[in-house]
Amino acid sequence: MSEDAAHADHHQVNYVRIWLILLGLLIVSVAGPFLEIQVVTLVTAFGIAIIKAYLVAKNFMHLNLEPRYAVYLLLTMLVFVFLFFAAVAPDVMKHEGQNWVKPRVEVVEAPVHH
Amino acid sequence: MRPIANTRSVAGIPTGRLAVWWVVASEIVIFGGLLASYVMYRLGNPEWAGYAAHTNVWMGATNTFVLLTSSLAAVLAHQAAVAGDGKKAAKLLYFTCLGAVAFLCIKGFEWTTEIQAGYTITSNTFWSFYYTAAGLHALHVIAGGIIMLIVAETAKRNEELHRVELIGIYWHFVDIVWIFLFPLLYIAK
Amino acid sequence: MAEIVKPQTDQPESAQAHDAHAHHGEESFWSKYVFPTDHKMIAMQYMFTGMAMALIGGFMVYAFRMQLAFPGIDVPLYGVVTPNRYNALVTLHGTIMIFWVAMPVLIAAFGNFLIPLMIGCDDMVFPKVNRLSYQIFLLSAIVLVVSFFVEGGGFGGAWTAYPPLSAKAEYSQTGLGSSLWLVAVTLEFIAFLLGGINFVTTAMNARAPGMGMYDIPMVVWMIVIASVLFMASVGPLIAGAVMLFMDQNIGTAFFDPDKGGDPILWQHLFWFFGHPEVYVVLLPAMGISADIICTFARKQLFAYKTFLYTTFGTGVLSFTVWAHHQFVAGIDPRMANIFTVTTLLISIPIAEMCFIYIATLYGGSIRLTTPMLWALAFVAEFMIGGVTGIFLGASGADVYYHDTYFVLAHFHYTFFPIAIIGTFAGFTFWFPKMFGKMMNETLGKIHFWGTIIPFNCIFIPLFMLGSAGQHRRVYSYENFPDLAQPQFQDLRVFATISLLVMLGFQLVFFYNCFISWRKKEKDAGKNPWRSNTLEWVAESPPPHGNFPELPHCYRGPYEYGTPGREEDYFPQNLPA
Repeated sequence: MSEDAAHADHHQVNYVRIWLILLGLLIVSVAGPFLEIQVVTLVTAFGIAIIKAYLVAKNFMHLNLEPRYAVYLLLTMLVFVFLFFAAVAPDVMKHEGQNWVKPRVEVVEAPVHH
Repeated sequence: MRPIANTRSVAGIPTGRLAVWWVVASEIVIFGGLLASYVMYRLGNPEWAGYAAHTNVWMGATNTFVLLTSSLAAVLAHQAAVAGDGKKAAKLLYFTCLGAVAFLCIKGFEWTTEIQAGYTITSNTFWSFYYTAAGLHALHVIAGGIIMLIVAETAKRNEELHRVELIGIYWHFVDIVWIFLFPLLYIAK
Repeated sequence: MAEIVKPQTDQPESAQAHDAHAHHGEESFWSKYVFPTDHKMIAMQYMFTGMAMALIGGFMVYAFRMQLAFPGIDVPLYGVVTPNRYNALVTLHGTIMIFWVAMPVLIAAFGNFLIPLMIGCDDMVFPKVNRLSYQIFLLSAIVLVVSFFVEGGGFGGAWTAYPPLSAKAEYSQTGLGSSLWLVAVTLEFIAFLLGGINFVTTAMNARAPGMGMYDIPMVVWMIVIASVLFMASVGPLIAGAVMLFMDQNIGTAFFDPDKGGDPILWQHLFWFFGHPEVYVVLLPAMGISADIICTFARKQLFAYKTFLYTTFGTGVLSFTVWAHHQFVAGIDPRMANIFTVTTLLISIPIAEMCFIYIATLYGGSIRLTTPMLWALAFVAEFMIGGVTGIFLGASGADVYYHDTYFVLAHFHYTFFPIAIIGTFAGFTFWFPKMFGKMMNETLGKIHFWGTIIPFNCIFIPLFMLGSAGQHRRVYSYENFPDLAQPQFQDLRVFATISLLVMLGFQLVFFYNCFISWRKKEKDAGKNPWRSNTLEWVAESPPPHGNFPELPHCYRGPYEYGTPGREEDYFPQNLPA
């Protein structure tokens, strides 16, 4: 038990530190768009999201301590999501292709009350 | 009265935790399917950037902060549970739960503002996705909060302390979903 | 952090079991039969609910096939089949047979009953979650049945529920029925997600000491892999169901082309799940057949590891074939090429698994008991279904065959073996274990032939009609001059009469069940088939807790005909 307690102390410092890093990343991702450079916005928004998710998964969910198959399981599910996107996007995302068009529909946006 | 089956761990991790990983795995595909559909529409309809401009990035960021903090509380609760301190674990879980409540209140306020401004779920498909994705996430927040309360009640008496980690893993997953929802719905404008 | 939860005491497991169950005390009718946590009783609940739904689904077939054979007839016990009712009947028949018959019986009933017994433990790892999963499943069945009786009747937009037909009440004319259908299907998905997690976790973690990965009976592997496939594929459809429900009821436009939505997205969401789903139901049936064939050929499974790894491969591949259901839906033809290749590829591992069955039989000492007949029929009939799938998997040929009865005959030559033949195989094989009594072999064989011969007589004509161009989902061909010709109508009548014969022979099965169950003496004993796997070690039927002393596993599940042994089988739990 004492070994666990020592272990725990070591980790306690880490958890708060990780949290501070996460908050820092959050601030960067909110600030990014203000530069109004699209690439920067995308990188700060999604790149940081990936990093934040990785930090939470590794340090809070302790995936670094779990048997490897847990990680493989979760990554496989992610692969399926990407597979789904890759195979469906050519139909749903595009508005025209070989011998077909998907006409854009003009949606009248609801009146805005301030 | 737990069956013997529940106490075995041939796969190398306790049964409860193994099950939570499977729950998280199936949830990845549920949210993944919904969000992949959203991204397809979003990328195919550039005018959606204009609609998304009306989401409130400050409320979204605040909610991100709330969830990240509640995740910290959840993992600290797990640490307390491992050390055998059920009372401390329960307190931290109550704090996590408070985070859930704060998240829902901010979301309620945010949605009310948006609906009153005329951006309802049927305004256009961007807003349909916005409310559906965040709504599905919010349902998971509510479910997580309720389970957390139940686990905390038992943990207070130093019983079933392993469940603290389990609800924590689920909660971190809910946090990660929001980590991706935030840029998808709020930042990418 | 990765601590193992130690058992509550240092007692050996058997003593713990005794202590744990000593606290159980008297079980009331309610706690034993209505709200059980025992996996065997939950299995029975799933089995009987599934069979009851099969009766409903079968009744629906009767009604609409009578309409097709004798258009306009006042169907006895049903009434006139109007076009709307026809649509609802075929929709609900398909939906019920897949979600409320095949899945609960093959996965939930057999899975629940067999998995703890076959891996040598006392129950599922989460008995209360198990109970909850059945309750949600039962609720889903009730919601579905209720939908038949609401205004407008049951949903009539085909089990594939394509929008805009399924999204707009003005098209489907079954507004409330459509929504209830969606709710029922979503609840069923949640029930099976919960159940599946139980199966996978139990099989992964609760195995008997000594039972390694390759000692697990094939039926357990298959149910576990099926549960994983289900879990990995149903997510997008759950998202889609939520979106469709909102399109139906709130006025969103996820799939509404008039407002910028895309109906093809629904198709992809549906079939991304729909295709792995057929493997979800196929795999347990193959597992059941594997166990039966080995037992009654008194021979080892020809290539256990190959069979297993082939199944993994099939599972992965099954996620890459789905758009073969959409070849003519307007997808990019180049995408269709890719899906043609993957679809044709996936026939290879399945064929290999069938060859493994045949190789297992070769040189075996074959006993043609009723379960064995069913298992062999499964392989034979399924191969016909598989081969006809090749025609449909080639996108060029599918341009003609899509939406004809050729497709329908193909999938009935796969689904019927899976859901009906597989079920009868498993049921007749494990009935002695479940109830402690043997079923009557003569009646079993009469039922078998009375099902198989009519089955072929129903569907071979449908292949012919499909090749002749008969479209699906049409309530009467009277107004199609080229299809209304007498030779085609004769085929329809022949198919319908064969159906009536087949339905009649099911009475033999029910009679057999009834008299066998009602026998005064438990004549089965523990291991009437002299099989190797651990469920045959327990009493018949197994008591609560399954084994007085939990078994150890010393070898693989199919050690039949081991040289040097007096017996021709070698149970897994015997030390030497």
